[in-house]
Amino acid sequence: MKTGFFTAFAAIGLSLVSGAAWAVSPIQLSSDIYVEKQQKQADGKNAVVLEAPKTILPGDQLVFVVRYKNVGSTNANGVTVTNPIPRAIAFSGTSDGTEIVSIDGGKNWGKLSQLRTASTDGTSRPALMTDVTHIKWTVNQTLAAGSAGKLIFRGVVK
Amino acid sequence: MKTQQLHGLGLFRVRHHFAGLLFMSAASVAMAPGAYATGTLAGTDIENIATASYDTGAGTVEVLSNPVVITVDELLDVTLTNTDPGSVTVANGAQNTVLTYRITNTGNGPEAYRLTPDVAVGGDDFDPSLVQIVLDTNNNNVYDPGVDTVYVSGSNDPVLTPDQGINVFVITNVPATQSNGDQADIRLTAAAVTGTGAPGTSFNGAGEGGGDAVVGSTSADAEDTGTLLVEAATVTLTKTATVLDPFGGSASVPGAIVTYTLVASVTGSGTLANMVIADPIPAGTTYVAASTTLEAAALTDAADADAGNFNGSRISVALGGVPAGQTRTVTFRTRIQ
Repeated sequence: MKTGFFTAFAAIGLSLVSGAAWAVSPIQLSSDIYVEKQQKQADGKNAVVLEAPKTILPGDQLVFVVRYKNVGSTNANGVTVTNPIPRAIAFSGTSDGTEIVSIDGGKNWGKLSQLRTASTDGTSRPALMTDVTHIKWTVNQTLAAGSAGKLIFRGVVK
Repeated sequence: MKTQQLHGLGLFRVRHHFAGLLFMSAASVAMAPGAYATGTLAGTDIENIATASYDTGAGTVEVLSNPVVITVDELLDVTLTNTDPGSVTVANGAQNTVLTYRITNTGNGPEAYRLTPDVAVGGDDFDPSLVQIVLDTNNNNVYDPGVDTVYVSGSNDPVLTPDQGINVFVITNVPATQSNGDQADIRLTAAAVTGTGAPGTSFNGAGEGGGDAVVGSTSADAEDTGTLLVEAATVTLTKTATVLDPFGGSASVPGAIVTYTLVASVTGSGTLANMVIADPIPAGTTYVAASTTLEAAALTDAADADAGNFNGSRISVALGGVPAGQTRTVTFRTRIQ
């Protein structure tokens, strides 16, 4: 079954900072996972469709969607969104390419092409997508009240 | 294979955790997927949480998204190979011959496999009789009667974890009536107990961890064939005699010396064990002492360490094992009385 992205915004972000000083966070964040499946079309060709992840097997291509929205009445500054890559997932890129990544659990950040991974014998090699442990987007310097967006990255089930 | 039941039978296996669970979720993110050739283990949770941060003017605030958890389903796959280096050579009528197979779980969850032997595969020369299937319990790749476990279908189907393999021995008896070179194919099949079928076939809720079990590229069903090859050696014995009379001729007169030559030729394949050539001394002749030779080398008459023996009425030469394709030549002499 072909499943589109949810259009309604789940209001679960509202309760997220209940332990903090602010009663309601003006920024809402939601996360969804979809799986790409090959589906045979009427013309006999295979098309890739996004489905809710009912059955997940090693090798499946997953699409992670992070939606953000400023639900407050004032602008938010310096908004970044960080997403650790689940351990069982091999990162395979973002839709916009504007992210910076970490290959050491979030200690050091940079464009993937700038990072190198060291091996125990003292040599190093350019970092690969599969080395990525975290990704981070800088959304906007200022996220105006009411504005929203979504960030998408993909990964393969190891 | 499903080994635990999830409560609540999730029809839709994306779980959204809410506030109460949020702040402990970082620990479960670290769940190790394990480095398996076959991929992430069935039942492993993949959890994604995004974090946003922004400035309030009075500091930086972090916001977590909802965690989304999906569980990896079970892939049903298996390989099976006959691991004998070639045809296993057997003798006619051999009992408890052994063919060895290896079964490997190439899926991502623990799975039991049902084993089915077929000794009546077509296209070969004969069908051995099945004795039993034995699991290599001590994993030494050698059939140890009484040590390794006899397989009983449906009772002790071997359960293999991902990447794990097991050796299986198929034990058969060979009929006593086969000819040299006869072959028998024996097929062993291993099928996932959870289910088999075309790749992509899904068994809902039957997977490890309560997810689905999905048939992989191997159809969750693998087979291979091993071969028994009968080696039967046969011996032919030819005997010739030459006569040398006291006058330099070849007349069979009293006093003439008769030299007998016995040639044993082994044909077929394999080896004839403990071959002995014996020949009685013909009546009217007398054995010439110490005249027996084997391959032109002299033998003594006493029953001792060498191969020859004359006991007063016959000569005998012990040849031991003689491989197919070889001959042994024995000579001895008698004097016509």
